[in-house]
Amino acid sequence: MPGTYIPSEYLPVLIFLMVSVTLGFALLLISSGILGLKRAYSEKFTPYESGVPPVGEPRYRFSVRFYIIAMLFVIFDIEAVYLYPWAIVFDKIGLYAFIEMVIFIVILLVGFIYVWKKEGFKWD
Amino acid sequence: MFENIIRPETLEPIVRSVINIGIILINIAIIVGIALFHVAYATYFERKTIGHMQVRLGPIEVGPHGILQPIADGLKLLFKEDVIPQVADRTVFYIAPVIFFTAAMTSLAVIPFFEKFVIADINIGLLFLFAMSSLGAYGIVMSGWASNSKYAFLGGLRSAAQVLSYEIAMGLSLVGVMIMAGSLNLSEIVKAQQTYPLGLYLIPQILGFGVFLIAMFAETGRCPFDLPEAESELVAGYFVEYSGFRFALFFLGEYIGMFIMSSIAVVCFLGGWTVPQFILGIPLIGDILSKIPNIIWFLLKVYFFIFLYYWVRATVPRYRYDQLMAIGWKILIPVALANIVITGLIKLWVKGMI
Repeated sequence: MPGTYIPSEYLPVLIFLMVSVTLGFALLLISSGILGLKRAYSEKFTPYESGVPPVGEPRYRFSVRFYIIAMLFVIFDIEAVYLYPWAIVFDKIGLYAFIEMVIFIVILLVGFIYVWKKEGFKWD
Repeated sequence: MFENIIRPETLEPIVRSVINIGIILINIAIIVGIALFHVAYATYFERKTIGHMQVRLGPIEVGPHGILQPIADGLKLLFKEDVIPQVADRTVFYIAPVIFFTAAMTSLAVIPFFEKFVIADINIGLLFLFAMSSLGAYGIVMSGWASNSKYAFLGGLRSAAQVLSYEIAMGLSLVGVMIMAGSLNLSEIVKAQQTYPLGLYLIPQILGFGVFLIAMFAETGRCPFDLPEAESELVAGYFVEYSGFRFALFFLGEYIGMFIMSSIAVVCFLGGWTVPQFILGIPLIGDILSKIPNIIWFLLKVYFFIFLYYWVRATVPRYRYDQLMAIGWKILIPVALANIVITGLIKLWVKGMI
C-alpha cells in the first residue's frame, strides 16, 4: 500500500549516527573537561605561524581554481548520480537505454574536452 | 541480525521494539569496539611496517616489542591540554572534528563483515558510503576555516579540492561493478560475484579497480597524495591548531576511513567474506582453507589493502599539487568513463543483445 512504507532498515543507521556523535563529544568532554591538563598562558592561544607573531589576515584571497574545481565537481558528480540508477537496472532495460546513456556520456565528454582545452584543469 | 533468535510474538509491541533497539545497540557496541581497537593497532602495524622497511625497529620500548605503545599513545592523548586559539571560530572549531569522526564511524554501519553480519542491510549501501565520505569533507573545510590560521586554511582548501576531485573518479569507477551486480547493496554485490569466474570482479573490472585503487589513496589523504597535511610544507594542514583529543578524533577518522575504503575495495572487487574460488579448486589445501571462518577471510583481505597503504607510503614520494589534479581529472575520469562503456558493451554481448 502506498504511504505505509516505514524504512525500518535505516533505523540502525540512525542509532549508529547518534552513538558516534555521543561518543565523539563524550571523549572530548572526558579529555578536555576532566583528565586534560590546564596550564594556560596567553602565548599558547595565538595561531601557529612558525613561532613568530601572526602577520596579516589568515583568510586571504586564494586561487580562483578552487572555485572552478567546486563547480566542475557539481556537474560531474550529478552525472555520476545519473549513472547509478541506470547501472542498477541495466539488465532489464538493455540495448536501447545503453545507447541513450552513451549519448549522455558523449555530451558530457564534449563539455569535459571544452574545459580541458580552456585549461580548466591546469594549475600554475 | 539476530531477529530469529527471539520469537517475540507474545510480547507487547513496545517491549519488542525496545528489545530490537537493545540488540542493535549491542551490535553497534561490538563494531565500535572493534573499530577503536583496529585504529590503535593499525598505528602500531604502520609504525612497525615502515620501521622495518626503513631498516629500523619501530616502537620497541613499551611492553614486549612495543605492543602496548598504542595504548600508551591513547592515554597520553586523553591527558593532553585542550588548546583553542583565541581567534578561532569556537562553535565551528568544536564540532568540526566530531563531524569528521562521525562520518567515518557511521560508514561502518553498512559494511558486511560476513554473511548476515551487517548492522544496517540497506539497499543503497554503496551510495550511503559515498555520501558519508563526502560528509567527511565538511569536517575538513570547517576545521580549516575555523582555526583562523594560514596553514590550516591552506590545508583545508587543498584537502577539499582533492577530496572533491577524486570523489568523482571513485564514484565512476564503481559504476562498472553496479552494472555487473545490478545492486547497490553490499551483501548482494558479494553474492553476485560468485557467479563470475574466480568469484572476483577483479579480472573483469581491472580498469575500474585501478581507478578505485588510486582514488582510494587520494580520498583518505594518504601518501603519495597526502598534500593536505604535507608536513614539510603545511606543517599538518587543516588540523594544525588542534591538540589533545580533538586531534585524536581526526586521527581516528582518518584510520577508520582507510578501513572503510579497504572494505569497499574488498567487497566490490575481491569477493568480500567469501573464500576465493581458485583456492577452493586446489585439492587438500582448498578443503583446509575453506574451514577458516568468513570473518577471517574478510579481515585478511582488508588488512592486505591496509598493508598496501603503508607499503606505498614507505615507497613513493609525494606528488605535486598540479600533478595530483592532472591525474584525477585528465586520466582517472576518462578511464572510468571508458570502463563504464566497455562493461556495458560486454554485458550486452554476453546476454546476446547485440
